[in-house]
Amino acid sequence: MNLLAELFIAFARIGAFTFGGGYAMLPMIKREIVEKHHWASEQEVLDYFAIGQVTPGIIAVNTATFIGYKMAGVAGGVAATVGVIFPSVVIISIVAAFFTSFADLPVVAHAFNGIRACVCVLILSAVYDMAKKSVIDFPAAIIFIAVAAAAAMNIISPFFLVVISGAFGVVIQLIKARKQVK
Amino acid sequence: MNEIFLLAYHFFITGLFAVGGGLATLPFLYDMGRKTGWFDAADVANMVAIAQSTPGPTGINMATYVGFHRFGILGAVVGTASIVFPSIVIIIIISKALTRFKESQLVQDIFYGLRPASTGLILAAAFGVIQISLINMGNTGDFIGYFRFPELTLAALIFLLHKWKKPHPIFLIVMAGIIGVVFKI
Repeated sequence: MNLLAELFIAFARIGAFTFGGGYAMLPMIKREIVEKHHWASEQEVLDYFAIGQVTPGIIAVNTATFIGYKMAGVAGGVAATVGVIFPSVVIISIVAAFFTSFADLPVVAHAFNGIRACVCVLILSAVYDMAKKSVIDFPAAIIFIAVAAAAAMNIISPFFLVVISGAFGVVIQLIKARKQVK
Repeated sequence: MNEIFLLAYHFFITGLFAVGGGLATLPFLYDMGRKTGWFDAADVANMVAIAQSTPGPTGINMATYVGFHRFGILGAVVGTASIVFPSIVIIIIISKALTRFKESQLVQDIFYGLRPASTGLILAAAFGVIQISLINMGNTGDFIGYFRFPELTLAALIFLLHKWKKPHPIFLIVMAGIIGVVFKI
């Protein structure tokens, strides 16, 4: 199949099954992009998420553009991005046209209670796998725990957490390099 | 016709300046509602509820909903296209720079710090979902009252299936939705 069509379809599947915001797409990205198509490594996906956090725009869209552009240039970036937003446009248009109080429908509420329970498990499992690749030493473990705690308690904005962690990474590596010279 | 350009303009600005994902677009939406009179704060609350109870990224869902709410299908497409356009341009520029400086030690060092941070942010997002699905944060009764047992049972079941057979996430999500409806969780 044409690579552009493949990018569009893979990201449309991700968009259609992302419940609970951008980060909830991680399990789908891991399965479709990392394991099935081998378009990006787990580390690259984490890099894209981090960059998506400090650049304007929606993280899911930024990640799609990154991967699409990497695989097939500007056309690939556009194909992946249009793919990830396509299900939203269709579904939301239908919901907006036919249901005035969609979120209050009992069927929707029950389905979502089930889906959210599932999403918890999928995200935690994906985080566990990702942590094995990103939390590679003691300083990285400190960054991981500090950022998770600060973000969960909502005391520092994710933007600054990412900026501080990047700077911290540079400082730690400088210290490590110094030690090696001695 | 002029109004559709105004819609495109507002979402373009949102896409250009809202840093930090879907919910970061909220202040821009309130501002848009105030300036254009297209919707009020209560409408925005309703949009957030719908954006979060439909699949897809929250920010995209809100752009589509606002556009459709005011201008139908054309508005949905224009709103969504306008909010993603700045992202596509910015990310392509960053991608180009990244490919060029990939081997640089400084970039490697930055990513050494960014990766665990990124993982931590996702873990925090997972806690956010857990708070609204597996536990009762507002519980005032005894200890047991903090746990939502039907959801926890379903989560345990999904976990076992996930570890045992590794089915596609789509399968698990659809199954969990059906169980939720059938058992009125």
